[in-house]
Amino acid sequence: MTSSILPQIGALARRSIIRTIRQPAAVVFPLIFPMMLLLVNSGGLDASTKLPGFPTDSFLAFALAVPFIQGALFSTMNAGTDLAKDIQTGFLNRLSLTSMRGVALIAGQLAGVVVLGLVQAAFYITVGLLVGVDFASGALGILVLFGFAAVISISFGALGAFLALRTGSAEAIQGLFPLLFVFLFLSSMNTPRELIGVDWFRFVATANPVSYLIECVRSLIITGWNGDALLLGFGFAVLIGIVSTAAATLSLKGRLLRT
Amino acid sequence: MLPGVSRDNSIEVEGLVREFKKGPRAVDGIDLRVEPGEIYGFLGPNGAGKSTTVLMLTTLLPPTSGTARVSGYDVVKEGPKVRSVIGAALQEAALDPMLTGRDHLRLQSTLQGIMRAERKPRSNELLERVGLTEAADRKVGGYSGGMKRRLDLALALVHRPRLLFLDEPTTGLDIQSRTALWEEVARLAREDGVTVFLTTQYLEEADVLADRVGIIDHGRIVAEGTPTALKAEIGLPSVHATPAEDADRGRLASVLAPFGDALGDGSRDVVVRLREGLAGLPAVVRAVDDAGLTLATLEIQAPSLDDVFLAKTGRSLEGAAENEADAAEPVA
Repeated sequence: MTSSILPQIGALARRSIIRTIRQPAAVVFPLIFPMMLLLVNSGGLDASTKLPGFPTDSFLAFALAVPFIQGALFSTMNAGTDLAKDIQTGFLNRLSLTSMRGVALIAGQLAGVVVLGLVQAAFYITVGLLVGVDFASGALGILVLFGFAAVISISFGALGAFLALRTGSAEAIQGLFPLLFVFLFLSSMNTPRELIGVDWFRFVATANPVSYLIECVRSLIITGWNGDALLLGFGFAVLIGIVSTAAATLSLKGRLLRT
Repeated sequence: MLPGVSRDNSIEVEGLVREFKKGPRAVDGIDLRVEPGEIYGFLGPNGAGKSTTVLMLTTLLPPTSGTARVSGYDVVKEGPKVRSVIGAALQEAALDPMLTGRDHLRLQSTLQGIMRAERKPRSNELLERVGLTEAADRKVGGYSGGMKRRLDLALALVHRPRLLFLDEPTTGLDIQSRTALWEEVARLAREDGVTVFLTTQYLEEADVLADRVGIIDHGRIVAEGTPTALKAEIGLPSVHATPAEDADRGRLASVLAPFGDALGDGSRDVVVRLREGLAGLPAVVRAVDDAGLTLATLEIQAPSLDDVFLAKTGRSLEGAAENEADAAEPVA
C-alpha cells in the first residue's frame, strides 16, 4: 500500500494541532504573554510617542506588531520541542516504518504551526480592535496580516524543526529559545530605527531581520500601504523560511536513517 | 509452513554486522533464517544485539556489512518494499501521550495508505481485537503499560503485515497482560499466517511462544533450534528431592551423589543432574528407599533454556540480564 502525500500531510497536521490544543499551556501562553508584554511596554513607553518623528500618537498601535513576532518565536519553540520529543521517544521511528514521506513530516508539522499562528494573529488583531487600534490599511490590510502571520509561522516553525532534527533534544530547543528572544530585543520593537540614539544599537537593529518583520506588520497597522516595508518584511520572512526549510529537510535525511 | 501462507514471508540473514563508532560490534556476523508463518524467538540478555538486529531488519538502521532479506526484499536496497510488508512494535511503545488510541490508529492507517472508507472499520476491528474499545477515546498518557503495548501491537497490524517484528513486547508487563499478548501473537501466527520475529529476555516467553529460538550473546548467535531440541541438546534432566526431615538432607545428598552432578542452590532440595537421564530415575528411587529415607517431594525437571544459555556461554541468562542491564544497546 502506498499513500499519497496530501492525506499524509493532513494527518500529520491534524496530529500537530491536536497535541497543541490538548496542552493548554502551549496555546494560552503564546496568547497571553505577548499581550502582557504589550501592556507593560505601552504603559512604560507611551511617552516615546512625543519624540519628534514618532510615526503615531498611540504606542499601543505602534507596539501591536511585536506580539506577531513573539507568537512566531513561540511557534519555533513549540514546533521544535514537539519534533524533538518525537525523536527522543522513538515516535519518529514509528512514523519512519510507515509509507510516510519525509517532506510530509515537515509539511504536516508546519501546517499545524500555521493554524496556531493564525489563531494567535486573530487574537492579537481582536485585542487591538477592542482597545481602539485603528488599522490604517483597513480590512484588506488585516487579511494581509493573516497572510504574513502564516508566512512567519512557516519560517520560524521550519527553524524550530531544523533545530529539533539537528539536536534531537527538546531541552536544547528550550535552551535556545531565550537566544531567539535576544533577536527580538535587539530590533526596532520599541523604537523606530531612525529614532534609536545609540549608534551600535541602531546598527544592530538595522542588520537584524526581525526589525523588518516587525516593521512590515507595523506599517499595515499604523502607516497604511508601504511597499518597501511589505517587500522587506515578506522578503526576509520568505528567505528565512526557504533557508530553514532546506536545512530542516537536509537534517531530516540525516535523522531518518531508514534505507 | 502453514496452509495459505505466502512462501516469501521469510527472513534470511547472512553475515549481518553492525558496528558503532567508538563501540563494539553490536551485531557480529549473524546468520539466520525464519520460515514463513513461524514464530522465531530471539533470546538474549540486554546489550546482546537483539534490538540492533531488529532495527536493521526493519530498515531503520543500515547494516555495516552482510545481507538480510525480508519477504524476499533486500533491507538495504528495497527499504520501502520491506516496510510495506512488515509491522513492528519496537522496544519502547513510542506513543504520543496527547493522542487517544483512536487518534493513533487514524494517523497510522492514513500514513500506511489505508483507503479512507476502510480506516474506521479497521481501527474498530483492531481496538476490539486488543481489548481497547472502551479506552479508545482516552488519551494514551493515562494508559497502563499493558494497554500501551496492546495499542502498539494494534498499530503494527493496521496494514495487515505479512511479517511482524516485536522487540521485547512484554518487558515490564504483569503476568496477565503478558499472557494476553502471547495469546494474541500465537493467534496471529496460527490463524493469519503472520511470520513473527520476537526478541525477548524472558526464557518462559521464548519457551511458550516460539517455534524456534535463536540465542544471541555479545552479537553472535550461540545456539539455534526448537526449544525442545535445544534443551535436548544439552540434555540431562535433574532430579529435585526434598527430605521429609531436614536432618536427612546431608544423607540424601550422599545417596544421590553417585547418580550425577549436584546442582546445589542452598534450598532444602537436593538437586542432581541425572548422568543417565530419565533412565537413571528407577535406580534413584531404589537407592532412596534402600537408605530408608522418606521424601516430602520428588520432581524431575527437564533442562530449561537458561541451562542452554549456561551451557553455551558459561553464564546464566537471568544473571547476564541483570549484570548487563546497564549496557543499553546503542541505536544510532
